[in-house]
Amino acid sequence: MNDQAQSPDILSVRKVSKRFDISEPFLNRLLERRPRRILTAVDEISFDVPRGKTFAVVGESGCGKSTVARLLMGLHTPSAGTIRFEDSDITHMAPGKPPALRRRMQMIFQDPFASLNPRWRVREIIGEPLKNFGICKTRAEVTQEVEKLLVQVGLNAADAKKFPHEFSGGQRQRLSIARALTTRPELLICDEPTSALDVSVQSQILNLMKDLQDEFGMSYIFISHDLAVVWYMADVLAVMYLGKIVEVGPKEQIFENPQHPYTRLLMGTVPKLTVGGIERAPVSGEVPNPISPPSGCSFHPRCPLANETCRTVSPELKVRAGGAHSACHAADAGRLPSWTRMAAE
Amino acid sequence: MTLLELDNIVVEFPTRRGPLEAVKGLSLELNEGQILGLVGESGAGKSITGAAITGLIEPPGLIRSGQVRLRGQRIDNLAPEKMRRIRGKEIGAIFQDPLTSLNPVYTVGEQLIDTMRVHLGLDHKAARKRAIDWLAEVGIPAPEARLDQYPHQFSGGMRQRVVIALALCAEPKLIIADEPTTALDVSVQAQILALLKRLCRENGTAVILVTHDMGVIAETADRVAVMYAGRLVEIGDVAQVIQDPLHPYTKGLMNSIPQIGNRDARLTQIEGAMPGLRNPAPGCAFAPRCPQAIDTCRTLRPIPVDAGSGQVACHLFGEAQ
Repeated sequence: MNDQAQSPDILSVRKVSKRFDISEPFLNRLLERRPRRILTAVDEISFDVPRGKTFAVVGESGCGKSTVARLLMGLHTPSAGTIRFEDSDITHMAPGKPPALRRRMQMIFQDPFASLNPRWRVREIIGEPLKNFGICKTRAEVTQEVEKLLVQVGLNAADAKKFPHEFSGGQRQRLSIARALTTRPELLICDEPTSALDVSVQSQILNLMKDLQDEFGMSYIFISHDLAVVWYMADVLAVMYLGKIVEVGPKEQIFENPQHPYTRLLMGTVPKLTVGGIERAPVSGEVPNPISPPSGCSFHPRCPLANETCRTVSPELKVRAGGAHSACHAADAGRLPSWTRMAAE
Repeated sequence: MTLLELDNIVVEFPTRRGPLEAVKGLSLELNEGQILGLVGESGAGKSITGAAITGLIEPPGLIRSGQVRLRGQRIDNLAPEKMRRIRGKEIGAIFQDPLTSLNPVYTVGEQLIDTMRVHLGLDHKAARKRAIDWLAEVGIPAPEARLDQYPHQFSGGMRQRVVIALALCAEPKLIIADEPTTALDVSVQAQILALLKRLCRENGTAVILVTHDMGVIAETADRVAVMYAGRLVEIGDVAQVIQDPLHPYTKGLMNSIPQIGNRDARLTQIEGAMPGLRNPAPGCAFAPRCPQAIDTCRTLRPIPVDAGSGQVACHLFGEAQ
């Protein structure tokens, strides 16, 4: 579709960090002699989102994946680094400032109950961006466009006069998608779009998202904690742990031969729908507190391969055989055992 | 040995627009030491079923008809005070959110010790010793020091371990675990399930595991009961229900779960959504979404019939025979 002389990546993120100051008020710090406390939610991450593809970010709660989404949408301002949308620097895009750029990226949120205004009718919810961005001039045009969008996401044109509470969770997520589609965005940021839904509804929404991507050639940033969903949706996959990307590369590569112990841990915890035989290997430990992350590689307290280097030096992302990048001293030194789980499938 | 019997339970919530039936006549049996998975989508009535067993249905909700029998003895009509003695002692409960199921103003130790003093009649010293043993048993490091800490000092996974210890410490015969791992990260989920399974096996405790996650069921349960719109659609041994489901809903549910390694371009999807509880249709509740529905399905409600290792409520199953 987009075969003009454009760069292959629609979005590039370079060394972006987000630090939150969670210190107590100045006077309390002074009186109680407490230091400032800084939470590094996102720590110098870099990645590129290929045009027309799905870039997935996985990780456990607290790893910073939702902060990444909010940084990209301009809902947070990065503490450092740059974000480029095609050739424009959008790092410090003020809310509503260059609408021409803003309308080219849209977001879908996790909770379809909280992300739709309960006092607005569907017509108003979906119609608002149409009016704000001047896409439709007259009321009749807005109505027509809203009805078209509703049909596109698998709802009825007559639903335009309903309120959000009249819809089920899956239908509300369809409404969110319709609202995001109003501006014909080129990039859609989806923050756990199906994790609040039941599986039978989840598959409807995932299929719909794939169909829409084929139809409009959109790029997706798909944030999820569910590896099976990511397997289905992603082209490129980044694994995050405590604010850092620990592994990034083509999906097939990462699923077939993960090159970071944390990715392997995640792969090992996916419940398999086979009875008996396979049990998940229970892993020890939990995600550490991001306020005081471990020294060196932040995964070392849970890593079976950790040694002295891992405890002191933070590893860099390096390219591995097959084209994926991972940040692991054990992989650098060739200490990573071979991986076979996916081979047969 | 049958431990628990549910006999045609109907749970009803009176509303301004007339009563709502959340569970519409559910019967099932659970043997001692068995782990039964109760699955279904949100609104299927699975948590309400769990609450009916523990006597924790919030008023004005009530069990309209049917019986809950624990070792042959009715427990659904007991006075609240009597039920309180059964709850904890005979039936333990584990809830989804470990932060709200622990009391934030008591230390973890106090909560464990109180439970054991009330239900096992131990003195404080013996109970404290047992409490330390239990914390160690559920894999909490430095149990003696942790005993005197408050729930907020524990991480999510550790809190759920405490909740498990709390549920098991009175040595109940049955545990109702309502989405015990839903609030936890995947890497912690596996630890908690393995722990729950091991302890229940060792102590011969039966478990009703309420969840929407088939993966959790597959690796934990012995038997599976699938609920849809307040009714049981299928029950059977875990291997059968997961690998060779008989009801079209179970089939659709299993197929719609994304699986790593599957290279199909599209996921199988069940069209539509579960019907609301109001104005139930006369026939099978799944008929509007069922790809194989016949005329009978829309007019006559199927009753569960014996099939394989359990039962299935589907007109088509009879047809196929």
